[in-house]
Amino acid sequence: MSPRPFLFGKKESKKVKKFFTGDSIFKHLTLIFALLVLALALIIFYELYSRSQPAINEFGLNFLTELKWDPVHQIFGALPFIYGTVTSSIIALIIAVPISLGVAIYLSELAPKRLRSPLSFMVELLATVPSVVYGLWGLFVMVPWIRDFLEPFLESTLGFLPFFQGPKFGIGMLAGGIILAIMIIPTISAISREVMLAVPDTQREAAFALGATRWEVIKIAVLKYARTGIFGAILLGLGRALGETMAVIMVIGNRPQISLSFFEPAYTMSGVIASEYIEATQEIYLSALIEIGLLLFIVTLMMNILARLLVWRMMRIFRGAAKE
Amino acid sequence: MIAKRITRRKIVDKFVASLALLSIIIAIIPLAGVLVFVTSKGLSAINLEFFISLPKPPDEIGGGIGNAIQGTLILIGLASMVGLPIGIFSGIYLAEYGNNRFGSLVRFIADVLSGVPSIIMGLFVYVVVVLTTHSFSALSGGIALGIMMIPVITRTTEESVKLVPNSIREASMALGIRRWKTIIFIVLSTAKSGIITGIMLSIARIAGETAPLLFTAFGSDLWATGLNQPISALPLVIYKYAISPYASWQAQAWGAAFILVSMVLILNIGVRFIARGRYRK
Repeated sequence: MSPRPFLFGKKESKKVKKFFTGDSIFKHLTLIFALLVLALALIIFYELYSRSQPAINEFGLNFLTELKWDPVHQIFGALPFIYGTVTSSIIALIIAVPISLGVAIYLSELAPKRLRSPLSFMVELLATVPSVVYGLWGLFVMVPWIRDFLEPFLESTLGFLPFFQGPKFGIGMLAGGIILAIMIIPTISAISREVMLAVPDTQREAAFALGATRWEVIKIAVLKYARTGIFGAILLGLGRALGETMAVIMVIGNRPQISLSFFEPAYTMSGVIASEYIEATQEIYLSALIEIGLLLFIVTLMMNILARLLVWRMMRIFRGAAKE
Repeated sequence: MIAKRITRRKIVDKFVASLALLSIIIAIIPLAGVLVFVTSKGLSAINLEFFISLPKPPDEIGGGIGNAIQGTLILIGLASMVGLPIGIFSGIYLAEYGNNRFGSLVRFIADVLSGVPSIIMGLFVYVVVVLTTHSFSALSGGIALGIMMIPVITRTTEESVKLVPNSIREASMALGIRRWKTIIFIVLSTAKSGIITGIMLSIARIAGETAPLLFTAFGSDLWATGLNQPISALPLVIYKYAISPYASWQAQAWGAAFILVSMVLILNIGVRFIARGRYRK
């Protein structure tokens, strides 16, 4: 973003006060397309909001706290899905955040110069594998591994906690959380790395000059300086985890229940929309599903807005600091 | 005493460095795992028939996913018709005229939209297009994917148009060429490789999208005959076959995954080569 000392357009439009010049038409044409981008966001919100009105009027806030999801008797409670989405995303964050920070630190601070770009590329590739392919791999490779090794191991070591008890299917909350972790590691590590690379070198040099070791430099100069941006990166990862559909649907078991055990099947918000919209022939049923979609839209929107603001602000501060 | 503390600090330093190395290894294991399994299981499911014939019921031997490959290509074409004009023109707006509050707002919304879950886009198009036309269709699938392309293309177009040096614009205008002609014929052709990079990346991204297609393209066992008909796509077939109880279908899911992953990887690696060529110049 370089400032543009380029004023031809302005001068010209003062001289030629006609609207129908090629320049004016072209400018307004591109403006219309830019407006379309804005309109799109508004229309998505409006459509989801108006279509979920029947459910909002019918159930009100009970929708968020009702435990039962029984379309046949027209009882619609979103709590099991909210629980499934939130818990699986939290598991994903617990696994993904330390690994992603390690990756970001390694790629921005520690890796040998010639390894940096190929390794970063591999981490980026991780983000490009389609989610349904992760689901396929998760279902046939990861789930049996979880059932035969990870769950027995967790039960024997951490079995005193309620999270690691119960029947071991492989398919369940734990599998959902792990597959999500795999999918958000590239998001969190790529953005954290970017933020860390943006930390001015003077910070590092000052710490080195005080005799700090590499880790101390990372801790004092880089992580502390970049923490807002890293928090933003984590929020973006969380946003992605909350909305992820296909990979989770294939490994989480899709049973609308709330169980403390991570070995038990669960159901997510995006999962219930994707697997039940086709059965939702009554208006109220479809409306309830759309309301879940609306909730998901609002929550992920909030996450993204907050995260972008944090990362943007961070980068602007850095750019200011680098200029000084 | 001091020597001891220094050794301790050095040990901590080495320890953290090895943790960082360990985390990148852990992060890459799933990628390696997916690639190894998709390749080994996928290759054994693939033969010529797999590429060119229609699916068969699970109890019959053979059959292929020709219609899914066809469907994915058609959907990418339709999505490009929606996503390219909106994305490229709004990107041009942001780069050439967007140095103001409205520009920042559009930029911000584009970034935020790219983080909206794909299933929401699917649900939106389902409500707006499928429910009003009373039919799943290739067209609605193309619209859903096209909407998902917009934010990516907008931002990459903006970035690459901004990279074009002002001296080129000034040189063109000094020859008396109008600004809009300068943008279309001079600036865009200079920024071409960057824009193509963005297009390829966004195609790689939507080619594997499944959730929005469930609501729109829906899937089909036949060759595509019209844009107002349901249409098959590679991700839909992978999903359907993977969760089916039939071993023959599950094997074909790996085959389809191999084709899809190869497409996506080729696009991504291709982009890398284009980008490298650009920076060398």
